[in-house]
Amino acid sequence: MADVIVGVVVFPGSNCDHDTEYAVASFEGVKPVMLWHNEHDLKGANAIVLPGGFSYGDYLRAGSIARFSPIMQEVIEFARNGFPVLGICNGFQVLLETGLLEGALSRNRDKKFLCTQTNIKPVNCNTIFSADYHLDQVLSIPIAHGEGNYFAPKETIESLEEHDQVVFRYTDAAGNVTAEANPNGSLNNIAGIINREGNVLGLMPHPERASEKLLGSIDGRPLFQSLFSHIAGL
Amino acid sequence: MPYTAKIKVTLRQSILDVQGKAVEHALKNLGYGTVESARIGKYIEVTINEQDKLSAERIANEISQKLLSNPVMENYSFELEQVN
Repeated sequence: MADVIVGVVVFPGSNCDHDTEYAVASFEGVKPVMLWHNEHDLKGANAIVLPGGFSYGDYLRAGSIARFSPIMQEVIEFARNGFPVLGICNGFQVLLETGLLEGALSRNRDKKFLCTQTNIKPVNCNTIFSADYHLDQVLSIPIAHGEGNYFAPKETIESLEEHDQVVFRYTDAAGNVTAEANPNGSLNNIAGIINREGNVLGLMPHPERASEKLLGSIDGRPLFQSLFSHIAGL
Repeated sequence: MPYTAKIKVTLRQSILDVQGKAVEHALKNLGYGTVESARIGKYIEVTINEQDKLSAERIANEISQKLLSNPVMENYSFELEQVN
């Protein structure tokens, strides 16, 4: 496998940047590079990950200020040119603020910050981020967020569903999409979506925190594996 | 000439305001039975140094749309005052 370079963006307040770096580095032939928010150089990255955390202290709205940081201008162009960008948790919030993904994330339905293991299932395995999953799988991946309640106007939701842009949904342990299994009130139990072009994915659950047996789950690994295989195979 | 834009950002009615709901319940618990609802928003004061009110208004609109509010779930409004 040729070397795959993955740029992990570091904003002031990012706190999953090193977890992501660690998870990415555990794949053979994959090299993470850290990209500071004030830089303009993507350092030859083949893919970009926007990690979880509280960029700029979540001031104003989660992700709103990060969206205008210097590095993000490069990331936005990178994404518009068709290269892969993955946003995890706060990274998902940033992607929504950029408009690369549609919708918004508001406060969790039950007011609480949720830090817990959740079940999600892949509902579209024809993406570069989910090709290594199967539709009948139920994954155990943690969430840790206060604002993960996915919202979009009705027309947007319909369009997302129509174009198979929902990639992950919250489910119960048996894989049923139920209201009870929805941790934060997200419309249609949406946990992760992809853009129409298929190169930008955002999700609230943390695959990097489910990438080693010691962490209790390795269900996040196929997401990274899908992406890295795709890049290496280009 | 400096102007102060007093900008209010509020959640759209269709969005569940969990903070507002918590405050509403607290007020009811305090015995304010006539309280029907509470909604929480943001108040932002921005001083803008522009030639005239129209230009300041244009800036206030622009920054509200671009950064201060998220049109997917929020509305904004503002008042503009000249600073003496």
